[in-house]
Order: sequence, then C-alpha cells, then structure tokens
Amino acid sequence: MEITLNINGVEQSHDVEPRTLLVQFIREDAGLTGTNIGCDTSSCGACTVHLNGESIKSCTVLAAQVDGMQVTTIEGLAQTDGTLHPMQQAFHECHALQCGYCTPGMVMACVSLVEENQNLTESEVREGLEGNLCRCTGYHNIVKAVLEVSEA
Amino acid sequence: MIPANFDYLRVDSVEGALNALQEHGDEAKLIAGGHSLLPLMKFRLSAPAYLVDINRLDELKYVKDEDGQLIIGALTRHCDIESNSLIKENAGLLASATHHVGDPQVRHRGTIGGAIAHGDPASDIPSALLALNATVVVMGPNGTREISIDDFFVGFLETDLKEDEMLTQIKVPSVPDAKWSFQKFNRRAQDWAIVGASVLVNNGQSGVSLVNMHSTPFRATAVEDAIAGGADAQEASEQAAIGTEPTSDINASVEYRKHLARVLIKRGLKEAGL
Repeated sequence: MEITLNINGVEQSHDVEPRTLLVQFIREDAGLTGTNIGCDTSSCGACTVHLNGESIKSCTVLAAQVDGMQVTTIEGLAQTDGTLHPMQQAFHECHALQCGYCTPGMVMACVSLVEENQNLTESEVREGLEGNLCRCTGYHNIVKAVLEVSEA
Repeated sequence: MIPANFDYLRVDSVEGALNALQEHGDEAKLIAGGHSLLPLMKFRLSAPAYLVDINRLDELKYVKDEDGQLIIGALTRHCDIESNSLIKENAGLLASATHHVGDPQVRHRGTIGGAIAHGDPASDIPSALLALNATVVVMGPNGTREISIDDFFVGFLETDLKEDEMLTQIKVPSVPDAKWSFQKFNRRAQDWAIVGASVLVNNGQSGVSLVNMHSTPFRATAVEDAIAGGADAQEASEQAAIGTEPTSDINASVEYRKHLARVLIKRGLKEAGL
C-alpha cells in the first residue's frame, strides 16, 4: 500500500506492506538511520520519534496507522546550517552520552518532555524519562542536560 | 520483529468499524493505539487476517461530565486522561492508575478502550475501573449494551465483547470526595506491575482490586467485606489474597505475589485514610 509521511518537512511516499513498522519505514524506506531499534518491544525508547509533535515509540506503530501525518526524527532537529537544537547542544555540553546508542531516542524524548512541561524538577525529569534506557551514563548527565534546557 | 501479513482496513466511523467486524468475524481485529495488540502480533501470538484501524474516529475521543458520572470515549488516550481536570477531580484514582501505565511515549498512543478490551489482568487501568464501579458501553449490530465492569472480564485476555462488537464508551461514577490510592510494585519504572492494587473509600463504601493476581483483573471482595464489617487496614489487608490465583514467573512466586497483595492493599487502605 502507498504510504505518505512528512518526515522532517519532506514528503516521503513509498509502497510498503501493511505490516511495515514506522521505524522500518523511517530507516529502510526513507533511509534515515539516525533512529535506532533497540529492544523492539516498546521498552527501551531507542526508536523514539515525534508524531505530530509528541514522542512515540516507532517500533510499536504501523506506518499505515500514521499515513499522512508529520514525523520528526533526530535528523530533523538541527537547523539546516548545522546549528544544533538546544537539547542536542545541552547533551553535548553536559556530556550526556557515552556509547550513543540510546541518544537519538533519548534526545527526542527529552525534547517532547520539555515541550509538555517548561518547568521541570529533577524528579519530574527522571520520571519523564522512564521510557528510555541508557546502559552507560547512569542518567545523571542526561538529567542535567534536560534541566539546563528546561531552565533556559 | 515483524508481524504476520494482514489486510489493513481504515474506517472513519463506528458504523464502518462494525460493518468490517461483521464482514470478517473473528478474522478481524480492531486496532486503536496498538500498544497491546502490536506486541502480540510481533511475537506472532496473534495473527489477525484483517486489521481494522479505528484511530481516526475522533467521535470516540472525549471526556464529559453528565449527571454525576464521567463519560469517557473509548479512544481517549492515556495522556489525555492522566491530565484531564474532570477526571483528576472526580475520579483521581483513574488518573493515577493511568499515569502508571508504561511511559510518556506509550501514553501518547495507548487508549483507555484498548487497555480494557485487551483484558489483561496485569494492566493497571481495569483495576481502577473495578474500584470505581465503572460501566462499559459496547456497540454491535443490534445496538448498544452496557456491561458492569465486574462482568466484563471473563478469562485471561478474554472479555465479554463479542466478535462483532466494539467498545465505545466507559462510564465512571464521579466521586470527588472519595479517598483513594493506587499502588504498583515493579522493578523498573516503566514495567508492568508484578502486583498492583487500587483502593477507593467513599462514604463508608470501599472498592478494592488487584493487578496481576488472577487470570482476570480481580476485585478483592474479601477485603471489601472486611471493611464493611468494621475491620481496620491491617485486618482487612490480611484478606487480600483470598480467592486470587496468581501465576509464578521470573519476577515473583505465587507466595510472594500473595504477600505483595497484602502489603500493597494495606498501604493503599492507609493512604485512603482507613
């Protein structure tokens, strides 16, 4: 079936099977491999993208379900001149990553979290990131980065 | 993991959904947020021939206050329920239980109707609806019928919904003065409950239920009866595991689950002022 998504401002139409997951559509059809597949069971958050501005786990959504909608992936956050999104900049400055595998999903979840609540406390950040697992950092620097953006 | 192949049908009305169900019978499955169904399909535990997508039925996305009860559309998402002021003020237990479901990403997609229709005894939301004495409204080819939440869950992942019926609405009595508590015990924040408990006390009446302690969401009638008989939190909670048949798995043995049920209900009852 023909599925059309607006990904990072670009219309992407591809003929895919109905069972195609959104994350497959993003990685394999649209060729945007910044979004990672981790657990593939909606636990780890590595595949987090924005659907119409809200964070979702793209491994547990069918591309067909979101036909015609707007998707933002990690590739769509920075400006075209390369200026990083404030959350990416804060991750950079706070050293909020080590291996980097969870980072695209983590950043997308953090952006959505701050958009929904401008004045986050540390515990709200920790709770708000319950859907994203990081096995390297111990989360401290990620929380620091989110608070930096939230307080800015 | 990729689901088995299916034909995808998108409908834009309740009537369209009911027609699709009637045409395809038990070969068809409705998909809302998909956060219960898609994992089952990816594990190939479920392989419907037809997937009927009801996500765009905006007519089923609402929360209203009508004559002392809350009327909730089946496609209302978890994130819209946990933040809804009508629900927070008049059925705070439901808002709290919903906030404990999954994580923000999951709550952006999952719906209250989907969580109930899935019939999972480990789900947080059915227990809150049991304690709140909710009613489930379903539509089928012969019109609408209402089912008490107590009669809705009939077995493991099995509900009273017929294959040509669709859950459209949940009615929850408003209890603005009730004291309540939702308790969830798990190892990681986003996990399913190893055991959970809903407790609600209103005008001397109590509603007490358990998550993941039986093949269905479970009303702890022995605890409710003890409270009606004047028992305090300690005495009532000792009845918590009566009638339950929990499973043993990697997270907990049967005995440990029964212990958790007693502990969580005691905590819940104390938090609810008993």
